Amino acid sequence: MARVVFTPNLQRHVACPATDAPGRTVREVLDAVFAGNPQARGYVLDDQAALRRHMAIFVDGAPLRDRARLSDTVTDDSQIYVMQALSGG
Amino acid sequence: MSNRLLVATRKGLFTLDRDNSNLWSISKTDFAGDNVSMVLTDARDNRTYAALDHGHFGVKLHRRQGTGAWEECAAPAYPPQPEGQTDTDAMGRTIAWNTVKLWALEPGGADQPGLLWCGTLPGGLFRSRDNGTSWELIRPLWDTPKRKEWMGGGYDVPGIHSICVDPRDSRVVRAAVSVGGIWTTRDGGETWSCNYEGMRAAYMPPEKMYDPNSQDAHRLVQCAGAPDALWVQHHNGIFHSTDGGSRWRECKDVKPSDFGFAVAVHPRNAKTAWFVPAIKDEHRIPVGGKFVVTRTRDGGETFETLSRGLPQQHAYDLVYRHCLEVDGTGEQLAVGSTTGSLWVSPDQGDSWTAISYHLPPIHCVRFVA
Repeated sequence: MARVVFTPNLQRHVACPATDAPGRTVREVLDAVFAGNPQARGYVLDDQAALRRHMAIFVDGAPLRDRARLSDTVTDDSQIYVMQALSGG
Repeated sequence: MSNRLLVATRKGLFTLDRDNSNLWSISKTDFAGDNVSMVLTDARDNRTYAALDHGHFGVKLHRRQGTGAWEECAAPAYPPQPEGQTDTDAMGRTIAWNTVKLWALEPGGADQPGLLWCGTLPGGLFRSRDNGTSWELIRPLWDTPKRKEWMGGGYDVPGIHSICVDPRDSRVVRAAVSVGGIWTTRDGGETWSCNYEGMRAAYMPPEKMYDPNSQDAHRLVQCAGAPDALWVQHHNGIFHSTDGGSRWRECKDVKPSDFGFAVAVHPRNAKTAWFVPAIKDEHRIPVGGKFVVTRTRDGGETFETLSRGLPQQHAYDLVYRHCLEVDGTGEQLAVGSTTGSLWVSPDQGDSWTAISYHLPPIHCVRFVA
């Protein structure tokens, strides 16, 4: 299972511990995480389920390419970091 | 008069209380450091709502009962955008179906417990029937083809900033859009119209100048005791209606300026209203560095300039749409500015007292009944 780690700054609003979750894409992995933590979903994804404009995701050190569909593939050993983008200030 | 004032700011929500000596002071700070775009205390059930804009993490809505603990409830969210459909504004710019800001929040009528209306950027009107536990986008307004003619005013996308529920009939709701005119429903949101005369958009070409859908009403308010009386602080003037918004009359020769964002109307005397003037368009600072409030008592025929207790040199305060408020008695006023100044008046604006000059930028002031 991939490991998802959330920015510490999100913890002030909603608890998001590092979580192992199954899936072949970032979308599938995050869907699995948010199924158990639905409140966190809206802090990371926008109304259209795309990555929020000022959020960033790194998969094994590389920035997410598909911010709309989150179709970037992952492996069972992947590390997914959900971060704040510096564009947000 | 009200003894409590809520002040939503760029860096928190402040509760101010008035003591027996008529002195106001901050009694509580909530959401310190967070951007609070709107606040509402619903007098029907004593619930308070605070809209937060977390930037990276999006917009959220919190509520509490009385003085109880805050809890996050649902924020209005747009439904999935149809595949392949591109939404654009009047200038051809793309509009994403995402909540950018909670810009207006008002309770429904006295006969509609738990019902809330919320206006948002990019232009969607939402309704909750359960105190914010869930929200529905008002599709008949969102889906009107006329929405394609809306455009941003101050923001990149259009937004609904004013919602007036008619106290005589809760099904009658008026929503004002920057920039997209004033829309009215008489059946609780099923059908909407934007049809009136007399409002003028100086920033549009001649063919569109009197188009109702192109008007930039910066703020719309309705007199609670005489609901056919409406006031608008418009981008290029002050307008008044005495027939429920069918016909509007532009107020002439308003000094020092007829530009501004905010307007408040007396709760019973429909001819009395207050404004906070500034230099239009791009400068947006008080005329001559003198911060004043203007008041009419005769339905906009004449205006007084009120300055006692307000800074009269090197003042650069700007007062946004939701930052001028009159309480239920019609006697007490509050004004909050972008530079964090807060004033109150106990006498309809004849005199003012500064509560603070160093709050964060103020987004909304509300008296609590």
